[in-house]
Amino acid sequence: MTPVPVLSASSITKVFQAGGKQLTALRGISIAPLAGETFGIIGESGSGKSTFGRIAVGLEMPSSGELYIEGERVDDLPASLRRKKFLRCQMIFQDPYSSLNPRLTIGKQIGEAIYAQGVLDWRQIRGDVGELLEKVGLRRDSADRYPHEFSGGQRQRIAIARALAPSPRIVVADEPVSSLDVSIQAQILDLLASVQNEHLLCYILISHDMSVIARLCDRVAVMHRGRIVELGPTSSVIGTPQHPYTRNLLDAVPRLGRRRSGHGPTTAALPTHGDDDNLIEISSGHFVLQSTAM
Amino acid sequence: MASSSYIEVRDLSVDFSGENGAPKAVDGVSFDLARGEILALVGESGSGKTVTSLSLMKLLPEAARWTGHISIDGVDIATKDRRSMEDIRGSKVGMIFQEPATSLNPVLTIARQMTEGLRRHKLLSATKAAAMARAALLDVGIADPDRIMAQFPHQLSGGIRQLVLIAAAIALQPDVLLADEPTTALDVTVQAQVLDLLVNLKSRMGVGILLVTHDIGVVAETADRVAVMRDGRILETGFVEDVLTAPQHDYTKALLASHLTLQQALAVRSAGNSRFPR
Repeated sequence: MTPVPVLSASSITKVFQAGGKQLTALRGISIAPLAGETFGIIGESGSGKSTFGRIAVGLEMPSSGELYIEGERVDDLPASLRRKKFLRCQMIFQDPYSSLNPRLTIGKQIGEAIYAQGVLDWRQIRGDVGELLEKVGLRRDSADRYPHEFSGGQRQRIAIARALAPSPRIVVADEPVSSLDVSIQAQILDLLASVQNEHLLCYILISHDMSVIARLCDRVAVMHRGRIVELGPTSSVIGTPQHPYTRNLLDAVPRLGRRRSGHGPTTAALPTHGDDDNLIEISSGHFVLQSTAM
Repeated sequence: MASSSYIEVRDLSVDFSGENGAPKAVDGVSFDLARGEILALVGESGSGKTVTSLSLMKLLPEAARWTGHISIDGVDIATKDRRSMEDIRGSKVGMIFQEPATSLNPVLTIARQMTEGLRRHKLLSATKAAAMARAALLDVGIADPDRIMAQFPHQLSGGIRQLVLIAAAIALQPDVLLADEPTTALDVTVQAQVLDLLVNLKSRMGVGILLVTHDIGVVAETADRVAVMRDGRILETGFVEDVLTAPQHDYTKALLASHLTLQQALAVRSAGNSRFPR
């Protein structure tokens, strides 16, 4: 059985209108993550990684390009059908403090996501919520409590339970651990991995942190200024980075056993990329954006 | 390490609750900071590292009570009123915070904000202050200071804003900088630039830096000495090369173990039996 991409993005662009000016956030993004795969997107602020994540869950529509969920094109569907299809794509946000409703109990907000799917019996919903809470390592009776009663790590567990509630195939996690302490980060990453195994989920993990990507992702796309400059198996991209931007990014990660000189970091000059530049396959599944304007 | 300490902290305790027996935010912390060295306070959230650095400037909230002894440049700050603390802040001890967006006034140009401190502390004319601000921006590696000075904070990227704040701090020629998570909100390539700048300020201008951070990698690359904090206490302190290579306390060991190299992180993934072995 050849794996089928659960989400497929083809030449996605996104242009924002900002104060009479046009801001191009995405310049042709194509990816096709598979069921059970964790697909990483790494980039710095302004790279377009979060914009792409929002498009993948239907919070934004692309300016051009095509988006398929389980083989069905969704970007040209009428809004009502689209919303239904996008229930298959759920999102986990960076800040577990602002992504939960402070006035609703945990049980109510997770339950609403099940209700939205068409389950109308709240007794059944309550049972499902209890199961979800146990799955993410919380007690069943947490359902009656409010978000402020939980720590940051626990809230991110709740956010994961909420995302899983509509039985999605795809979960987009945008910086899911960057606001957590390192010791808690590892627990949440482990939880994400175990939940995935059980449900054969496809994760799109958006992060600025290469060690988070390395720890979880099968493949990674490196984004810079709205483009993918490198894409491939995580170990291959980290082990043998080809694009100068990827190399700069990897070199900048603080590490034990290295001292800053105080004379400025050494960074490679970046090529300018035009719209005609293509990703070239340099080894099995490892692609690099090649500049045609040499 | 320089010979004499500039900041001396002895048995500092800070308490927010006012109740006896309640856990303290800072509980009996002592350390020294000399000019020309970087001392890192490292710990997770709630460890007391930020409260410690705020205590040095008497910037704690009203509800906080502190005990212990803090002296800056030989002066006991307990004896100082609000007015004289304002003279110490900025001119003797500069401060850089995590979030460069909120540390700048959104409705004033960079030039205005940078010269304000210079005119207040150094009693300079507007022209002189502008020239010093310009020199400080060049000093932190901003190539076009005139353009930056004419702009408002929202027109600058996060990295440039942080460089501007560092420039504003060093324009006053402080002896010591308190830097609380100065690179946490920045992109990793910009972080590298800012960390390099801090090391440069230390070695070139002899500034002493108290670097508050949660990132042991940042400590390893920049600090000379480190104090590991947890639950308001310093658990372990010493030279970076000693503490990081031969940690004595279990918590320090755990902190180091949680800092994975990329190769180690890749190994964790493989051990988790990913369905996509590569």
